[in-house]
Amino acid sequence: MEEVKASMAGSVWKITVAEGDKITEDQDVVILESMKMEIPIASESAGTVKEIKVAEGDFVNEGDTIAVIE
Amino acid sequence: MIKKILIANRGEIAARIIRTCKKLSIQTVAVYSEADQKAPFVEMADESFLLGPPRVNESYLNVDKIISIAKKTKVDAIHPGYGFLSENGQFVEKCDTAGIIFIGPKGDVMEKMGSKIEARNAMKAAGVPVVPGTDGVVASVDDALVIAQEIGYPIMLKASAGGGGIGMQVVQSDEELSKAFESNSKRAQSFFGDGSMFMEKKLENARHIEIQLLADKHGNAIHLFERDCSIQRRNQKVVEEAPSHFLSSETREKMGKAATDAVKAIGYTNAGTIEFLVDMDENFYFLEMNTRIQVEHPVTEEITGLDIVEEQINIANGRALTFKQDDLLIDGHSIEVRIYAEDPVTFFPSPGHITTFKAPSGENVRNELAVTSDFDVTPFYDPMIGKLIVKADTRDQAISAMKSALSEYQVDGIKTNIPMLREIMNMEAFTEARATTAFVNEHYLPMMKKKTN
Repeated sequence: MEEVKASMAGSVWKITVAEGDKITEDQDVVILESMKMEIPIASESAGTVKEIKVAEGDFVNEGDTIAVIE
Repeated sequence: MIKKILIANRGEIAARIIRTCKKLSIQTVAVYSEADQKAPFVEMADESFLLGPPRVNESYLNVDKIISIAKKTKVDAIHPGYGFLSENGQFVEKCDTAGIIFIGPKGDVMEKMGSKIEARNAMKAAGVPVVPGTDGVVASVDDALVIAQEIGYPIMLKASAGGGGIGMQVVQSDEELSKAFESNSKRAQSFFGDGSMFMEKKLENARHIEIQLLADKHGNAIHLFERDCSIQRRNQKVVEEAPSHFLSSETREKMGKAATDAVKAIGYTNAGTIEFLVDMDENFYFLEMNTRIQVEHPVTEEITGLDIVEEQINIANGRALTFKQDDLLIDGHSIEVRIYAEDPVTFFPSPGHITTFKAPSGENVRNELAVTSDFDVTPFYDPMIGKLIVKADTRDQAISAMKSALSEYQVDGIKTNIPMLREIMNMEAFTEARATTAFVNEHYLPMMKKKTN
């Protein structure tokens, strides 16, 4: 079980995986956007996307959980 | 004669443009988004109009709304500042159609210089050296590998449609190139809807040095010397200075001539900047052209005594430049730092509420500000909240002045890069003018790592 967390405050610009997807280590899960900067947030482990906790356009704070990988 | 200007921009640059308009007794119209209702520039203008919601597509990039406000307020001209619509050829066309003067170059010239590949070819034709690389899009990994043999590693892989460092990566070998080509192309496709890539030789130990130009509609073009902007993070500038301590007067003259020849060759008018990479042996290579005023223009104003916004308005009015190249002299040394709302080590944005904001003051200190105390920095726009500029007789004195100004700077409530700027002013690589574009990665970040361990 790994929780993918937001490393900065911003809005969810794009979700690049779907629940149930098999992903590799370091694969981008979402792309956050804040102050004209798009920051891809990657999963630290390989696995299956169990849950995506945000929707495109949502605002997240630093440290918020974006997705759960198992 | 331009008597009234709409400023199609926000923040510090909007305030900066309004200041010159006031000096010239020109009426000003500000446009702003819901996120910027309390911003200083909105207050400063003679009239202000709400564009719409914070998102740029609904506000600062909303061409039709901006043109309709310009018509309604009967302005003579629009100043686009930097970013947003400043390099948008279609916007220039719409201004032309509406009979409004766009303060900048002609639309077709702008479009040409805006395309990375077309600009390279235009520069080559004008006899300006370009960074060795591809003159078109690289179709496949196989092609990339063949080109890599010709150029030689290290290579900078760039997304054609890229910006803000997305889709950019330095590669050192065939293996790295194959991997990076796929992933960067995919990333550029998902970000910009265009996955086309091109390749450039990565110049090692190079400095980013740019030439500020002015060109009128009578065929006169002059340069206002150079700015050294080698200190960058995420491919965005952090510290800029004029003149460059590294350039010999011979190279300065050569670069100035290459840049002025180029703008004459392409029929460029108004203020513009040609960016070069300069290697250790003072060979210089064209990087790109910015067809607008730049963030770091104040350092050039400080050493030349000119007001570049005023010159832009004069040129837009059809006036000939009132001075020649030989009339211009470099007076002293100027340094600018950009104040970013961001973490000083990770460089991640830090939007939030500024409780206290205190900028330094004093002789030879200039502030360009987008914020005040008790002010919300929203996540919708660029993280730059201000610029601090100092001017002195020598570079060493300018560094001292910058140090003391930075020690007075106080921003509470959000993270800023001020701690980073204070560190840089004390680092030998900077004080001895040895900084190249690798400065942040090779000097600043390792030092911070050491400090925290």
